Amino acid sequence: MKLLLRVLNRALFYVLVAFVVVYSVFPFYWAVVSSFKPSGELFSTDPSFLPVPFTLEHYQNVFLQANFGRNLLNSLIVAGGATLLSLTLGVIAAYALGRLPFPPKNAVLYIVLAMTMFPQIAVLGGLFMLLRQMGLFNTHLGLILSYLLFTLPFTIWVLVGYFRGLPRELEEAAYVDGATPLQTLVKVMLPLAGPGLVTTGLLAFIAAWNEYLFALTFTVGDAVRTVPPAIASFGGASPFEIPWGSIMAASVVVTVPLVILVLVFQQRIVAGLTAGAVKG
Amino acid sequence: MLTRRQARLAWLLVLPTLLVVLLVAGYPLAQVFYWSLFRADIAFVEPPEFVGLEHYLYLLQDPDFRQALWNTLRFTVISVTLETLLGLAIALIIHSNFKGRGLVRTAILIPWAIPTVVSARMWEWMLHDIYGIINILGVRLGLLSEKVAFLARPELLFASIVAVDVWKTTPFMALILLAGLQLIPEELYEAASIDGATKWQQFWTITLPLLTPALVVALIFRTLDALRVFDVIFVLSGLNPATRSLAIYNRQTLIDFQDLGYGSAISVAILVLIFLFVVFYMRTLGKEALR
Repeated sequence: MKLLLRVLNRALFYVLVAFVVVYSVFPFYWAVVSSFKPSGELFSTDPSFLPVPFTLEHYQNVFLQANFGRNLLNSLIVAGGATLLSLTLGVIAAYALGRLPFPPKNAVLYIVLAMTMFPQIAVLGGLFMLLRQMGLFNTHLGLILSYLLFTLPFTIWVLVGYFRGLPRELEEAAYVDGATPLQTLVKVMLPLAGPGLVTTGLLAFIAAWNEYLFALTFTVGDAVRTVPPAIASFGGASPFEIPWGSIMAASVVVTVPLVILVLVFQQRIVAGLTAGAVKG
Repeated sequence: MLTRRQARLAWLLVLPTLLVVLLVAGYPLAQVFYWSLFRADIAFVEPPEFVGLEHYLYLLQDPDFRQALWNTLRFTVISVTLETLLGLAIALIIHSNFKGRGLVRTAILIPWAIPTVVSARMWEWMLHDIYGIINILGVRLGLLSEKVAFLARPELLFASIVAVDVWKTTPFMALILLAGLQLIPEELYEAASIDGATKWQQFWTITLPLLTPALVVALIFRTLDALRVFDVIFVLSGLNPATRSLAIYNRQTLIDFQDLGYGSAISVAILVLIFLFVVFYMRTLGKEALR
């Protein structure tokens, strides 16, 4: 009797686990399946759960008809640029904040933290005007600069934690050998912060890649526009002809690289997320 | 000697970041405060006119603002509550020992990795009134008596938006809570079970109190995020007043109506709202978290 109960309990538990997995994965799975189905099968009230019959027509449509390739390139430039700039600024600031004696250190950290607290929408009007004054409206650089609003504080918080965790002796040994603080940063600390850089870089890239509000507001047309606003506005000639196949194909194209990155670096991302959150 | 040189270097290294903070946060924020006191359009077609607190007074009686505020608060309370409960359940499941645990942890990261805009469109397709898989399966499994136009009826639209947001953000909640769970020493549970405490008692007397710091952090993050919600609602229902959030109403005023003055006042109101929530959390839960 007791054994039966235990087996039942275990079975119930695995049903729960299966439910969690299906709940998490199914929408993405369904997008992938839908993107490979010909329109006839897509608009069926008895759809198959596998992409049969199989077609690449939606992927062709996405890349041939729309300016999706351009949007994709823009996203790469903007997210890549924002990531590189955040990492560069973030590393040097985080080194100072994490390793050097420096009186108003906490004040600077709180300013950076406050930046993560206030909502993007609250500075939308001000940034809009600033970008226009600087001639950066509808430019990649304009978007990159505005993305620093959320990528930089996060980068700094996580990297400060990384730098703090490194042993003091390494630095002292470098000083004894006559290295300047700057040399110490570049030659000793930076290589050790490598894993931290990868994690924060990834998180910054994902945040910038997914950003919608600024991309929608600070760009016009497809020349600079990134993928999220492009996918959001993907529509047919009328509300009755929404090209669901193409939308799903585009969704899969922008999501698959992220999903792969996340799967490969999952342990680090979880560590980064929780570190950033717990410290924040 | 070295310390002074180091302090100088530190300033030098922090300077670029401070400049960026000033440029993309400080200056725009100051502009928003400043222009909220003026009647002005965003292109300055008309010369700006100082109106003092007029916009703030109007804010108090603007029915559109009130509706957007209500929509935002309702969205925040319902979605954060659901995410917390669901996130806690998932964290507890993953925390226990079983085969394929790593796989499950990986699976729940997928919604987090998908851009909000994309997840909104994926769900829009799944919720399609005729060809949506949810309608098809719902009818087939007898969960729905007939197909439902989820995104056409206001209450169902709101529920759909919440469902998409919960799907997308629960993983974040679950991961933070999982990290919290892993900090609780195993011995406490061993001691408790020797003393004859049931699993349920262990949960209330050990897990929950010790998980509070992680819970507070996750709650603050998710609440602040929910209060500024834009993407998921904008993609699923656009400017529809029945679901329009504060952020959507704010952007519409600023960009679509070009109303720099009133739009800025709304921005300030959102900031104040978020500030109030932070203070509220710090007051009620902060002590627990910082214990």
